[in-house]
Amino acid sequence: MSDTAILECRGVSKHFGAVQALYKVDFEVRPGEVMALVGDNGAGKSTLIKGIAGIYPFDEGGIAFEGSPVDIHSPRDTAGLNIEIVYQDLALADNLDVVGNMFLGREEVTNGMVLDEVRMEHSARKALDTLSVTSLRSVRQTVAGLSGGQRQAVAVAKAVMWNSKVVILDEPTAALGVAQTRQVLDLVRRLADTGVGVVIISHNLHDIFEVADRITVLRLGQAVGLFNRRETTQQDVVHSITAGDLTHVPGMDDA
Amino acid sequence: MSTTDTPTESTDSASEGFAIEAAPTNLVEYGQAWWLRVKTGDIGALPIIIGLILIVVIFGSLRDTFLTERNFTNLMLQMSPTAILAIGVVWILLIAEIDLSVAYVSAVGGVIMALLIRPGDPGLPWPLAIGIALLITTMIGFLYGQILTKLGVPSFVITLAGNLGFFGVVLILTTQWSTAGTTVVQDHFVVGLANNFLPDWLGWALGVFIVGAYVTSEFLKYRSRTKRGLTTKPVSVSVLQAVGLAAVTFGAIFYANLDRGVPMVTVILGVFLVFWTFIATKTPFGRHVYAVGGNPEAARRAGINVSRLRIGVFMINGFMAGVGGIILASRLRSVATNSGGGALLLNVIAAAVIGGTSLFGGHGRIVAALYGALVIASIQNGMDLLGLNTGTKFVITGLVLLAAVTIDSLSKRGRATSGVA
Repeated sequence: MSDTAILECRGVSKHFGAVQALYKVDFEVRPGEVMALVGDNGAGKSTLIKGIAGIYPFDEGGIAFEGSPVDIHSPRDTAGLNIEIVYQDLALADNLDVVGNMFLGREEVTNGMVLDEVRMEHSARKALDTLSVTSLRSVRQTVAGLSGGQRQAVAVAKAVMWNSKVVILDEPTAALGVAQTRQVLDLVRRLADTGVGVVIISHNLHDIFEVADRITVLRLGQAVGLFNRRETTQQDVVHSITAGDLTHVPGMDDA
Repeated sequence: MSTTDTPTESTDSASEGFAIEAAPTNLVEYGQAWWLRVKTGDIGALPIIIGLILIVVIFGSLRDTFLTERNFTNLMLQMSPTAILAIGVVWILLIAEIDLSVAYVSAVGGVIMALLIRPGDPGLPWPLAIGIALLITTMIGFLYGQILTKLGVPSFVITLAGNLGFFGVVLILTTQWSTAGTTVVQDHFVVGLANNFLPDWLGWALGVFIVGAYVTSEFLKYRSRTKRGLTTKPVSVSVLQAVGLAAVTFGAIFYANLDRGVPMVTVILGVFLVFWTFIATKTPFGRHVYAVGGNPEAARRAGINVSRLRIGVFMINGFMAGVGGIILASRLRSVATNSGGGALLLNVIAAAVIGGTSLFGGHGRIVAALYGALVIASIQNGMDLLGLNTGTKFVITGLVLLAAVTIDSLSKRGRATSGVA
C-alpha cells in the first residue's frame, strides 16, 4: 500500500437549492487500500460519489488524481481516468452472456466491424482468473442465471479488465446472503491486493470492519471522522456516524 | 459458511447450484448441456422443429399433394415475402418495440416502385425505381424512430397511426395517381424477382457454396479458439451439424429441382437472412441492439447511444418492409388498392413471434423470421389443400400464434425462476 493518494477530493462542496449536501469534504483513497465510506442516510455518500463519477460538478473544491488536479465534467472524464463505478443495481444486461456484459459499449473488433469474440473471451477469462472467480460455469453463460454474488463478481471483474486504478463499489453486499457477501468481500480484498484503490460504500459496519483499511465517516454532508480500521472499534465509528463533531452548522453561518 | 478463496472449495458454490463445470467434451455431454438449457427456458428452435414435424405428418397424411415437389416450391414462393417482412419485425421486437404498420409501409414501397417503372410514365429503370421505393420506406422508419425517441410516443401508437395513414397513402397512390386502381408490373427483372427459378446447376452450385462456407467458418472459429486455449464445441457435434445442414440444403435443392428449381425469391430471402444474422450476432451494433432489448439502462450507462440505435432499428425495419413490398408486387405482378391489406400484417408479426422472437425484447434470432413464416405458410397451404374456409383458417392460425406467445411467456418464466438459464 502506498502513502500517497491516487484519488483525492479537497474541500468539495455541493448544494441543491437550499440544501447543503456536502460541505468542504476531504476524501482520499490510496492505491492498494480499501477505503470505506460510511454515514447515515442523507449523509452525502451518494452526492460525493456522483460528483466523482461526473454526474454533476462540485460547487467548490477540487479533485486530484495521481497527485495532479483534474477536471471532471462528465462520466466520460471519470472513465478516462480509469475510475470505475459499480452501482448498486450493477446495470448488467440479463440476456447477454458474461463476456458480452464485460465488453458492453467497448467491444473489441477485427476488420473494422466484426466482434472479436475470441479475444474478448480470452480477456474476460483472464480478468476473472485474476480475481479467482471460479464459481462461474462458463463465461458464455447469460447473466440472467447468475447469483447476486456472481453478478457482483462480473461487475468487478469488468473494472479489473479495463485496468481501473480506482474502483468505487456502491453497497456491493446490500442484497446478498451470508455466503455471497463473504465471496464479494474476498473479491474486494483481492481487488485491492492487485494495487487498485477501492472505495466501498456500505451501511454494514461488520462488513466494513472485515475488509476496509481505513474508514471515512460522513455526517450531514461533512467529513467527521477518518479512522484506521486497526486502531478503532465499531463503537467509535457508530458514535462518529451519529454524533460526530460538525465544523459547520447548516443555516448558522454564511459560508 | 466457508469461503471461496481457493478453487478447491467448490462445495460452497455447488450448494447454490453453481459447480465449476467443464465445457462439454463429447457428444453425450453436449446433448445433456443442451437438454439442461431447454429445461430451464432456453428452448431455441425446438418448438418450431416439433411444430413443423406435426404439420408435415398431419397435412401429409390428410392430403397426398401436400408433400409433392410442386407444393414444396409453392410453399417457398408463398413463405418468402412474409419471411422478408418478418426480418424487419424481428429487429423491432428485439428492442421491445412493435410495428403495426409494416404491411402498409411495404405496400407504399411496392406501389411507388410499380408507379415509377410504368412504361413511359415515367418509365424509370428498375434500379432507380427500387432504390427510390426503398429510400422512402427507410425514411418512414427514420420518422418513426424520431417520434419514438424525441417525443417519447410509444411505438404501438405511432405505428397504429401509421397503419391507418399509410393505408390512406396506398389508396391515394393507387386511385389518384393511377387511373385504374390496379397498376400492372411489366418490367421483366422485377417480375422475375418472385417468379423466376434458378437453373438446376445453379441451385446445386449454391448448395455447395452454402455448405462450404459453413464448414469453412466453423473450421476457422475452431482454429482461432484452440489457438487461444478456449473451449470448443466437440468435433463430433460440429461434424453432425455440418452433415445435417448439408442434408437439409441438398435435400431441399434436389426436391425443388424435381419441380421448377430453387425459387429466386428464396435466394433473395437467404441473402437477407445471412446478412442480418451477421449484423445481429457479429457486430457491435447487433450486440448493442440485444443489450438495449435486455436492459436499456445498462446499455445507456455503457455509453451506447440508445436513441440513435432505436432509430437505426426502425430504419432497418422500414428498409425490409420496402423489400417485402417490392417482392409482393413482383409476385402478384401488380399493385392495387388492396395491396398490404388482408391478413398480411398479422401473418408477418405472427411469423416473427412464432419463430421464437420474444415480445419482451432482447431474445430471438433473425432466422426466427424464416421459421415462423415457414410454419404459417405451411399451415395455410395445408388448409388450402384441405379446402377449409377462410374463417376456419384464421381461427387455426390464431391458435398457433397464441400457442407461440404462450411458449414465449412460459420460457421467460423458466429463465426467471431457474438459476441456471
